[in-house]
Amino acid sequence: MTKTPFDFLARGFAAILLLAGGLYGPAHAAASFEDSIAQRTLACTACHGPQGRAAPDGYYPRLAGKPAGYLYNQLLNFRDGRRHYGLMTQLLEPLGGPVGDAYLMEIAQYFSRLDLPYPAPLPTTASPALLRQGRRLVMQGDAARQIPACVQCHGQAMTGVAPHIPGLLGLPRDYLNAQLGAWKAGQRRAHAPDCMKAVVARLSPEDINAVASWVAAQPLPANTKPLTALPALAPGAVAIDCGSAPPATAQTAPMKASK
Amino acid sequence: MKKIAKFALGLGVLLAGAAAVVWALNVQDEVDVRAPMARAAASDSLIARGAYLALAGNCMTCHTAVGGQSYAGGRPIDTPFGTVFTSNLTPDDKTGMGTWSPAHFWRALHNGRSKSGRLLYPAFPYTSYTQVTREDSDALFAYLGSLPAVAQPNRPHALRFPYQSQAALAVWRALYFSPGVYQPDASRNAEWNRGAYLVKGLGHCAACHTPRNALGASNENLNLAGGLIPMQNWYAPSLTSPHEAGVGDWRRADIVSLLQTGVSPQASVIGPMAEVVQRSTQHLSPEDLGAMARFLKELPQTQARSAPANAPVAAPPPVQDAGSAVLTGGAKLYDQHCAQCHGDQGQGVTNAYPAMAGNRAVTMPQTANLVQIVLNGGYAPATPGNPRPFGMPPFVLVLSDSDVAAVLTHLRSAWGNQAGEVTALEVNRIRSRRAP
Repeated sequence: MTKTPFDFLARGFAAILLLAGGLYGPAHAAASFEDSIAQRTLACTACHGPQGRAAPDGYYPRLAGKPAGYLYNQLLNFRDGRRHYGLMTQLLEPLGGPVGDAYLMEIAQYFSRLDLPYPAPLPTTASPALLRQGRRLVMQGDAARQIPACVQCHGQAMTGVAPHIPGLLGLPRDYLNAQLGAWKAGQRRAHAPDCMKAVVARLSPEDINAVASWVAAQPLPANTKPLTALPALAPGAVAIDCGSAPPATAQTAPMKASK
Repeated sequence: MKKIAKFALGLGVLLAGAAAVVWALNVQDEVDVRAPMARAAASDSLIARGAYLALAGNCMTCHTAVGGQSYAGGRPIDTPFGTVFTSNLTPDDKTGMGTWSPAHFWRALHNGRSKSGRLLYPAFPYTSYTQVTREDSDALFAYLGSLPAVAQPNRPHALRFPYQSQAALAVWRALYFSPGVYQPDASRNAEWNRGAYLVKGLGHCAACHTPRNALGASNENLNLAGGLIPMQNWYAPSLTSPHEAGVGDWRRADIVSLLQTGVSPQASVIGPMAEVVQRSTQHLSPEDLGAMARFLKELPQTQARSAPANAPVAAPPPVQDAGSAVLTGGAKLYDQHCAQCHGDQGQGVTNAYPAMAGNRAVTMPQTANLVQIVLNGGYAPATPGNPRPFGMPPFVLVLSDSDVAAVLTHLRSAWGNQAGEVTALEVNRIRSRRAP
């Protein structure tokens, strides 16, 4: 739509009215409708908020800046029964078929492009020993138990790898614990072969708590954007086969933004 | 002694007679499935026709478990009598329909009996599918036979006593089911008859839109007069009432649009009907949708604003009694949470957000859908005609039961709307997924 000078005038006038209303009268929501993808995804942000939000029934993770392919896969997982949360499934059910798939991809790309600051990590109450164990598992893994380092796929700075591998920072410990626990219990699944399932199966509940506690306590690096290619394998590390991040696309540049 | 013997004999004869009647009613109008029926190789055109009819019947939705293989069954269907698990329709010899003949399939669709002769539960809507022609049944069977075979054993149903017994089901069928292919109405033209055939048969619209009695049977006298969908706490509005979802005064093109795209100038679909549009009606040809529109448009419309007999209804309009505090609270909540999209005068935004003022979905006596939508949000279906639907956010975490009740009571009585209040009790019932 082309904008005419009248549009700007009208908007300016509306803004003045809004301001006046705010100053002198009862706050009345002005109909500020703009046909945008943000408008079409109000159903998402109502719960997730701009940066993620804690709610009585759990934590609604942040969507902004996560890799598009990861977000898209999660939408499919909820819709198609690989992840379980009634509200999500119910919202996504009508967005099926090829038309729905395309829309979900557009939604995923929209959130992946949002660039919002991360909240500071909450102070940790975990013991130094637990944090040391967590750090070791995240940064080095445990070769004896065939546990790869988290950073092997999620990046040295744990900011993820576009387009399919999510960053791990800016998430509270309880949420990380819940997700890893759900994987262990088979409640959260990814596209086959489900590499996370294989990794989490080798973690004990204490390992999970250690990893979650340490990751949740890490400050954000200056650059929070996902990497665009998988980091080089550390000596002795074994490449992992993930259905949710097929190698052909995992190492390409981030998905082309639509618009 | 003699008297007792006579009485017992009489009772025995009576029972035997009743059983015979029940039996006779259960096998009426059946084909002989023993007749040799060569399974001729199905032609591509027959299979394609069957695929289309399977969309019209929305067969795959129920016969596929969430995340499961298409048509391999296993989806639980909750009913007031327990849980029914759908069956494997793929041509697997051991677990599916691999050894079925077209006559077996016809008997299932037309008479509600399985290959073994077992009576089928009417969660499988054979009370509607019985209207399907033999020709269409054979096409459907050819299509299902062309699917990849999936070895997935059927799960036994989990029904409560006495509903799990075949005898109880036989009595139910004797009372409420009689097989019969759709008979065209000679006084109507071909298009109307096609529409009636699709709506009453494969479309099985009556499964939701016709009220059910306590035994789960649809009341045929109230055909399409609106019904609560068992276990889901959604209300399928009346298609015969101008105060609910009757389309007598709609343009035909708008009815087609609603079924094809999920949206129309007058209304959009959400909840269970969004699934119907998503998985079934959007795939139908414009001709078939036009025929359905014609039939729906010409359904006899009831004028009285009455709720179906079995449906619990919101309290009659005691809006003044609802207390001005509730209304003021509702208005405040509306301004805070709703007005941004639905407008400060309930006017909505064209092609994006429905108006609340004068909206039948807001003012109809049944309020279950309103509560569902406010609590859980929802999207209209994504279809080629409406590929990027707008969405309603869930408020289940934000608003308490009394908040939801207050805001709904407000919008049912503001801007010229004149409908009864919604109580916190009703909201709580739906939030905790209790049956009415």
